[in-house]
Amino acid sequence: MKKPSIKFNKTSKGKKEINKGFDQSKWIRGFTIAAVAIWIFYAFIVDLLPYVVSDFFQKWLPATTVNESLVWVICALGLNIVVGYAGLLDLGFVAFWAIGGYCAGWFMSDFFHQVNIHIGSMAPAEQPGIHLSFWGVLFIGALICAAFGVIIGAPTLRLKSDYLALVTLGFGEIIPQIFYNGENIGGFNLSNGSKGISPVDNIGLFGKKLGPFDLDWKYLIFVSLAALMVFISLRIRGGRLGRAWLAIREDELAASMMGVPLMRSKLAAYAVGAFSGGIGGVAFATHVNGVFADRFSFAISIILLAMVVLGGMGNVWGVIVGALSIAWVNSTGLPAFGETVNSALGTNINFPSYNFLLFGGILIFMMLYKREGLLPESRLKQILHEADDSTSNIGGH
Amino acid sequence: MTKSVLQADNISVKFGGLIAVDDVSFDIPTGGVVSLIGPNGAGKTTFFNVLTGLYKPTSGTVTFDDKNITAKPPHKIAQAGVARTFQNIRLFGLMTAEENVMVAMHSHLKSGIISTILGTKKQRTEERESKKTARELLEFVGIGNSADQFARNLSYGDQRRLEVARALALKPKVLLLDEPTAGMNPQESKTFVDFVYRVRDEKDVSILLIEHDMSVVMKVSERITVLDRGQKIAEGTPAEIKSNKRVIEAYLGKSAESGK
Repeated sequence: MKKPSIKFNKTSKGKKEINKGFDQSKWIRGFTIAAVAIWIFYAFIVDLLPYVVSDFFQKWLPATTVNESLVWVICALGLNIVVGYAGLLDLGFVAFWAIGGYCAGWFMSDFFHQVNIHIGSMAPAEQPGIHLSFWGVLFIGALICAAFGVIIGAPTLRLKSDYLALVTLGFGEIIPQIFYNGENIGGFNLSNGSKGISPVDNIGLFGKKLGPFDLDWKYLIFVSLAALMVFISLRIRGGRLGRAWLAIREDELAASMMGVPLMRSKLAAYAVGAFSGGIGGVAFATHVNGVFADRFSFAISIILLAMVVLGGMGNVWGVIVGALSIAWVNSTGLPAFGETVNSALGTNINFPSYNFLLFGGILIFMMLYKREGLLPESRLKQILHEADDSTSNIGGH
Repeated sequence: MTKSVLQADNISVKFGGLIAVDDVSFDIPTGGVVSLIGPNGAGKTTFFNVLTGLYKPTSGTVTFDDKNITAKPPHKIAQAGVARTFQNIRLFGLMTAEENVMVAMHSHLKSGIISTILGTKKQRTEERESKKTARELLEFVGIGNSADQFARNLSYGDQRRLEVARALALKPKVLLLDEPTAGMNPQESKTFVDFVYRVRDEKDVSILLIEHDMSVVMKVSERITVLDRGQKIAEGTPAEIKSNKRVIEAYLGKSAESGK
C-alpha cells in the first residue's frame, strides 16, 4: 500500500502547481499513517489495555466495524467516479456490490458441488466446488462487474440524467431480485435463493489462512484495497480520461464538440465505478463469510450516495470521510448511543430503527447549509457558493 | 475556383413544419476567411449546427476534406478537423484554462486507462507535452498568464480567446466562429480582425464566421454569404454584398410596391 502512495507523490507535486486547492500529498501521508496506526492499535495494543478501555472500544468501535466501514469506503469510491467525476446519477450501485458478492459465493465456496476446481485456494483439495484464490476472485469479480457496467451502460447512457437515474434504480432492484429468486432458473441454481451462499473460503495470505476472526489481517487487506481505489481514482482523474469526465460533467455538448466521445467516456466511468463495486462485493463476502440476497437492498444504493454527497462529491478524501462516518453511525454509533441512553434513563427506545430519520435529517441539513459536502472538491465549492449570489457568472455555462 | 475544404450541398433542415434551412449550398475555400450573415432567425446557427454534426440535415450532404461527414456524430467531425466556438460561450467553467485546452486534445492523446493508472513513461511524456502545447496555444491567443485560472473566472474577452485556443487544440482544418465579437467593445472588435488573420496564417486553418457586427464582417471577410428565412439570397465579395438589393431588403424590409 505504501508503494503506490509514494509513486503518486511525484505526480501530485506537478498537480499542485495547477492550484487545485487541495494538497493531495498531505492527505496521502495522513491516510497512510492513520491506516498503519489503526492496524497497530487493533493488532497489538488493544489487548494490552485495561479492561475498561478495551471494553469501551469493543462497544464504540469494534474491529469488525472498522473492516465493514472499509468495504463501504471501497464502494463509495467507485460510486464517486460515476457521480462525482462524470456527473452521472446512479441510484442502483448495490447491483455491483451484489454481483461482486456472488462472484465470491460462486468461486470461493462449495456451492457448485458438481465440480471440483481448486486454484490457489486454501480450501482442502477434496472439498467439492469451485475454489479459487481470494486474489483471483477479487480480480474476476471486479472484471465481471466492469463488464456489467458496460452492458447496463450501453443502452441507458444515451438517456438524459433524470431518466438515467430511473433506469439505474430499476437495475439496482432487478439484480438483487434475480439473486433472491435465483435458486431455480430453468432448473439451474444460480444463487441458492434466500438461503444465500455460506460459508465462503478463507483468504490465503502468504500461506496463512485468514478465518472469519482474523480481523487484523483482513483489515490490512481491506485498507490496501481502499488505498488501491484511491490511487486508481486519483491517477485517472489527473489524466486524459479524467479531464474528459469533468468536461462532460461541466458541459456535455461542448465536450462532444471538442472531440470527446461521450458514450465511450461515460461507459469508462461506469466500468471503473463498477470495478470498484465488484472489489467491495468480494471483500464484503469474505467479511460476513457468505452472500445473502436479502442484504442487497435499495437502501445500500442510497446510503452510498449519501456518503458521496456528505463527504464531498468528486473528492476521494471527502468520500472516505463520508463513508467512514455514515458506516460507523449505521452499524455501531447509533446502537451504542441508544444503549447508553436507554441504560442511563431507563427507557426502551429502539435507536437503530431511527437511522433513516437521522440520515434524512443530515441530508436535508447538508443541502440547506453545506451543499458541497464536508470536504468538497475545490471546484464544486466554488460553483455551489456562487450559485447563492449568482453575480459572477458572466456568460459562463 | 479554389479547392474547397468543406462543402455543403443542398442542405435543408426541417423542424416539423418549419423550414429552418432551405436548400442551401455553401463551401469554405481552403485558406479562406468567409462569413455567413443574415437577420435574426435566418437559419445561420442551424446551418452551423449541421456542419458540426449537432443536427442532421433533412436532406443534403456535407463533405469535408473529400469525405462525406453528413451523418457523423459531433465528436467524429471534431476529430476529423472541424472546430467551433459558441455564440453563448460554452467553456468548462470549473476547469482551468489549461485543462479546457487539454480536453480538446483528447482525440490526439493515446494513453488509455491502464497506462494512466500505471503512469507509464509514455503517458507522462504525453501529458507533459500536451501541457506544453496547451500553454503555447494560450500564449498564442494572448492569455498565457491565465493558464491556471478557472475558465469561469476569466474576463469576457479572455473567455472568447480561450474558446479559440480550445478549438485550435483540435488541430482543425476549419474553424467555425459563431458570433465571436458579440459583447466586445469597438476597440476589441478592431483587434479581432487582425487576430482572425493571424490565426489563419499561423495555424493554417480556413475560417467561417457568423457575425452581426457589419464593420467587422466587411473588413474581415473575403467572401460573404447571406441567408434570409433559411434561403441563400446572395453571395459575393463585401463590396458586392453592400450594394446587393435583396440583401438590403432583407435587412431593412422590402419597399411597399414589392411587399407581400
